[in-house]
Amino acid sequence: MIEIDAVTRCFGENTVLDNVSLVAEEGSFLALLGPSGCGKSTLLRLIAGLDDPDAGCVRIKGRDISGLSAVERNVAMVFQSYALYPHLSVAENIGLPLAMRELSRIDRSPLGRVFPASRQRRSDTQARVKKVAASVGISDLLDRKPGALSGGQKQRVALARALVRDPSVFLLDEPLSNLDAKLRVQMRAEIVALNRATGRTFIHVTHDQVEAMSMADRVAVMLGGRVAQFGTPRELYETPSSRDVAAFVGTHPITFVSGPKSGGLHPIFHGVGVPSPSGPVVIGIRPEHLTPAPQGPITGRLHNIEYQGAEVLLDVICDTGITLRATATGDWQPPTPGSEIHLACAPVHMHVFDADSGARLEAGHKGAASCA
Amino acid sequence: MTGRIILVTALILGAFLMLVPFLWMLSLSFKDSAEIFSSTLDFFPARLSLDNYITAFTKVDLGRFLLNGVIVCAGILVFQFLFSVPCAYALTQRRFRGRQVIFGLVLAGLLVPFHVTAIPLFLALAKLNLLDTYTALIVPFVSSMFGIFLFRQAFAALSPDLFDAARLDGLSETAIVWRIALPLVLPAATAFGIFSVVAHWNDLFWNLIVTSDPNLATPPRGILYFRDRESGSDIGPLMAATVIVIAPMIVGFLMAQRRFIQGLAAGGLKG
Amino acid sequence: MRLSRKSRSVLTDIWLVGPATCAMIVLIFIPVIIVALMSFTDYQFGARSFNWVGWQNYIVMLTDPTARHAVTNTLVYAAIVIPASIFLGLIVALGLHHLALKTPRFASGLRAAYFLPVAATLVAMAVVWQMLLHPSLGLLNQLLAAMGQQGPAWLSDRGLVLYTLAVIGIWQSVGYNMVLFLAGLAAIPSDLYDAAELDGAGSGWNRFWTVTWPMLGPTTLFVTVITATGAFRVFETVATLTKGGPAFASDVLVYAMYREGFVYFKAGYSSALTIVFFLLVLLVTALKFGILEKKVHYK
Repeated sequence: MIEIDAVTRCFGENTVLDNVSLVAEEGSFLALLGPSGCGKSTLLRLIAGLDDPDAGCVRIKGRDISGLSAVERNVAMVFQSYALYPHLSVAENIGLPLAMRELSRIDRSPLGRVFPASRQRRSDTQARVKKVAASVGISDLLDRKPGALSGGQKQRVALARALVRDPSVFLLDEPLSNLDAKLRVQMRAEIVALNRATGRTFIHVTHDQVEAMSMADRVAVMLGGRVAQFGTPRELYETPSSRDVAAFVGTHPITFVSGPKSGGLHPIFHGVGVPSPSGPVVIGIRPEHLTPAPQGPITGRLHNIEYQGAEVLLDVICDTGITLRATATGDWQPPTPGSEIHLACAPVHMHVFDADSGARLEAGHKGAASCA
Repeated sequence: MTGRIILVTALILGAFLMLVPFLWMLSLSFKDSAEIFSSTLDFFPARLSLDNYITAFTKVDLGRFLLNGVIVCAGILVFQFLFSVPCAYALTQRRFRGRQVIFGLVLAGLLVPFHVTAIPLFLALAKLNLLDTYTALIVPFVSSMFGIFLFRQAFAALSPDLFDAARLDGLSETAIVWRIALPLVLPAATAFGIFSVVAHWNDLFWNLIVTSDPNLATPPRGILYFRDRESGSDIGPLMAATVIVIAPMIVGFLMAQRRFIQGLAAGGLKG
Repeated sequence: MRLSRKSRSVLTDIWLVGPATCAMIVLIFIPVIIVALMSFTDYQFGARSFNWVGWQNYIVMLTDPTARHAVTNTLVYAAIVIPASIFLGLIVALGLHHLALKTPRFASGLRAAYFLPVAATLVAMAVVWQMLLHPSLGLLNQLLAAMGQQGPAWLSDRGLVLYTLAVIGIWQSVGYNMVLFLAGLAAIPSDLYDAAELDGAGSGWNRFWTVTWPMLGPTTLFVTVITATGAFRVFETVATLTKGGPAFASDVLVYAMYREGFVYFKAGYSSALTIVFFLLVLLVTALKFGILEKKVHYK
């Protein structure tokens, strides 16, 4: 188990991490999700011991590790650039952490080829390198230099280098962002499989919400150096705790519609069945939850259509000039642009946020009936 | 087309003029003194004889001069690496107070030609009774601002991830410097090495100042000892000696032209 | 006792940076301060005491008819070598750059020939020049004699000697400048020439003035600074060939500094020469940064 307890880190005037607390259960897969500059990579470096917090502490299995150096923490890290040593072969890249950890100076020197005990230890490490290489499918690459590898192969070497020393925690810093789309999907599954197979805790930093949602047990959405929401992927999607989280999570960008300044919902939602709150609010609706329905309570004119095969994206301009984005299934026959169209949405999918603080207002859904 | 012929002719003529001293040196180094002092001009020696070369090695201690050159250049180079590589690494890949100040000093130091420091350094070495030693020939050059500068530029171009990975892999900072950082900037290291060796192999100034013992003469100084002793009568062996003294640099240059030019051109950054 | 991570990290920094920093301070900065102070004294090597003499050393150097030679000769030498060496370096580079388009191997062979004097040990080559310029036996005067001319004593004629040394200086530095110009030429994007062609600046002459010369601005500046500091630093040829003579006709700053300091042991006076030499070098560097501020290259 890894506990991050009220960690703060500043670079000069700039507070990069502001009182961040998180817990990753033993063997779980935690994703740190956020846009660049939100502090997620800094947090990873603090866990790794490459940097020190200004306040707060990190505990692994209940033990404060502030005093331990990067090596002593026994964490492994996979970098976005893979950080393979260009002048060493793949086998040497994978074997280096083992050699540094388990072989003495003499074992590592050319003399190590002579002493029987050293030879034994050296061949042990080599055997382990081979085994790990086989487990990620790069046995045939061991003699190559990193420069001669493709992006996917480098990724596997980086994973092998992390795996070989059996660390207590795996830290992954945007490991998939340099891969092409197809390979990324494949590696996602492989990394999750590694998490299950090793039973170790994985902490995965990413700016890609699909990656975070699809891989992690729990996701911490980080915005501006704070944890905006910490929960399961389903919780993030279904009950985003703030307007910003709602904007960040989800494949299609969520549409926001502000209510009148005096309070309550925007008039176009009056028929949907969400109780009108008292203060000024913003409503968020995901395009995938807003669909054409002949009797739908929301009316507007069809403005633009994007056909994407499995689904159709619609831009609908409502009476007051507000544009809503909706989706329909791929076989839906759209009317001609400019004609009137009715849309429906389940009240449970309407996210109500306080217009000033951006915080989620929960009360809105209670007792509301569907009017789809 | 005629333009091209004129261009090629002019360039070849220019190159020939540049080479005249080298050709004449070679020619004289094979001639015996009768031929040298004869009034007829002949580029090609009457017969190819290595006598002058043998004389050069036996009459003066040319081997000794060459060995001194190797000792001094190697000594300087080793220390320059030992001092400047870790410093340059820390300046780029570590964060500590005073980093900017130290780099500022390095840049300021680049502006100071070695000659400016000669008098105080001579005084200090004299006080320490170190004149006429290898130490005196090596110590003033152990810390090369140019080396720090060159390595700093090279290290700054490397991804910091690489060094973080090495720290997680269990390498100490010292091990990172020599096992990861240095091998990754080998081209810069070679360029610097060539620059340093050429500069100190060819240097006369400092040897003239701190040594008076011919046994400590580096090649250029040795040539002068040779010339002054023979007072101009033994031209053939003298030319043979100059051929041998410049040979390591010329051969090195011809074998690794690109690296040589890189190294010496980079040296222009030095004050 | 185990040190905290912070203190271990500080110790590591000191271990990495400390030796070079200490060496730099002891071997460069302290000597510069000492030499500046010594230039205001009459200190002699080996003397037990010294007096502060104010600007005396500088006054002697710049006003005494013989002592003045070191400064004036250095400036004359530089005034010849700098423009000639830059101009020839540029011409050769342009020629070789052009030649390399069609016959790269031939061009690189010629380049090696021009660069050879840069790599060769200058002292050794100066001895060879002595042979070439020998009044009676030298190749040059023998050639002149063959043409019925009486060649002068190149290195012992008071009026000639400085120019002879300047020619050797040019011979030695042309290749270096050529290499820098070649690098500058290679960095000019070829589409600029295409653009110049479309704009009607197609002829070689126009191309040079509209594209090549402006684009070479930074290189030219760099080359000028290097050639200038190299010229101010001239020492090896003087020490080998003339020892400043005859009658100080080829005395230059660095050689005078060596002679006054280490032959006559006048450390105070030698320090003043050193400081003048240092100021000249700094002046050139300051000019460079001054020009760079104004952006020499493409506006």
